[in-house]
Amino acid sequence: MLIPRIIPCLLVHNKGLVKTVKFKDPKYVGDPINAVKIFNEKEVDEIIVLDIDATVERREPDYKMIENLATECRMPLCYGGGVKTVEQAQRIFSLGVEKVALSSAAVENPALISDVAKIVGKQSVVVVLDVKKKTLGNKYEVYINNAKMNTGINPINYAQQLEELGVGEIVLNSIENDGTLKGYDLNIAKKVREVISVPMTIIGGAGSFNHIGELINHFGIIGAGAGSIFVFKGKYRAVLINYPNRLEKEKLFQNYYNEMKK
Amino acid sequence: MITIVDYGLGNIKAFVNVYNRLNIAIKIAHSVADLRASTKIILPGVGDFDHAMTLINNSGFRETLDDLVLNKKIPVLGICVGMQILAKSSEEGNLPGLGWINASVKKFDQETIPFKTHLPHMGWNTLDHIVGNKLLNDLEVSPRFYFLHSYYFDCNNTNNIIASTNYGIDFASAVNNVNIYGVQFHPEKSHHNGVQILKNFGNL
Repeated sequence: MLIPRIIPCLLVHNKGLVKTVKFKDPKYVGDPINAVKIFNEKEVDEIIVLDIDATVERREPDYKMIENLATECRMPLCYGGGVKTVEQAQRIFSLGVEKVALSSAAVENPALISDVAKIVGKQSVVVVLDVKKKTLGNKYEVYINNAKMNTGINPINYAQQLEELGVGEIVLNSIENDGTLKGYDLNIAKKVREVISVPMTIIGGAGSFNHIGELINHFGIIGAGAGSIFVFKGKYRAVLINYPNRLEKEKLFQNYYNEMKK
Repeated sequence: MITIVDYGLGNIKAFVNVYNRLNIAIKIAHSVADLRASTKIILPGVGDFDHAMTLINNSGFRETLDDLVLNKKIPVLGICVGMQILAKSSEEGNLPGLGWINASVKKFDQETIPFKTHLPHMGWNTLDHIVGNKLLNDLEVSPRFYFLHSYYFDCNNTNNIIASTNYGIDFASAVNNVNIYGVQFHPEKSHHNGVQILKNFGNL
């Protein structure tokens, strides 16, 4: 039986790992390779690494870092940050990365998705949607460049368009919930989930394993992404890499198992 | 010496890492001479069927591979798309596969996939109905592996299936025909269960 995925999402800033709150105030949490080594020992399901500087600094992805990460990772790796062309995506795959995530480039040049999918297969093309609720009403918009630029795009329509273009997975990241530990924004997650049939990963707001359980109870097969809870411990946010062990995971999946048995 | 075919696809270094930790000799085959020196071959792969076949046909390795596998009966392990290209054809593309196993690759029919699940088949799933085979020795009960694919390997000879996995339908997640092995999942990214399979292949 296929099981939901629980995915640490790591942000790279100035070559170090950081954790943000609402996409701001990056706090240094350690060395990327070191973190991957610890996550290997914890046998994590998958890992997402996003270089949050590359697009903003208008530079190429850091291939050396990606290669080092891919070599170290004993679990699937999704890399995002600064990928603008098919050539760059192809080079990243050749370094041993399973999935490449696009964000601003997918907004600026949607054809890139089908172009990359043609070369690497659609299962390996991921688009990250950083979304934020409008001040008035119940509408959401897609932001790019670390939430600095509002594209005005409706994430629900956009997700449908991405599926038509051949995206393999959509990662939905809530800007307002990022780092707040208050739980996932299930509202927008449900709306996007309803209109597409590709796998999805939800990020932003997980403050406890219970939040992850809640997400799984809602969606069954889903990627539950999180940053803070996998790198911080306690109310003073001391840096400590952690991840649910096998038993804790099985507990989170219990409702899903019961559901599938029906 | 295990060699891993570098035809431009897959997590070559991840395999090298696993085997280094296991103290099993492995080498990346950059040339026909490297390939000729091998006693076992790994065909890695991520991505599109036709793209993989084009790369392998243009790699300069094709004839040597056919000779080593079909005539000299050297063990070969295809991973993910590296497994799919062992078949004769695929619904994903137009090019013929290597044709080393009597099978064709088909797309999952979304109608048969249970409620709330999606394509691609992505994530950790179990091996069920494991047939006694040296490649699958010493695995735990219902071992989980990482899958990432939208097409599955459909064997014309069910004797070639050594493990199956359920995703709406039961499909062949591991196959074997004499010296030819294939796994749909990624052992190099499947933690201790994956390491066990790579170790088993090394010990064949």
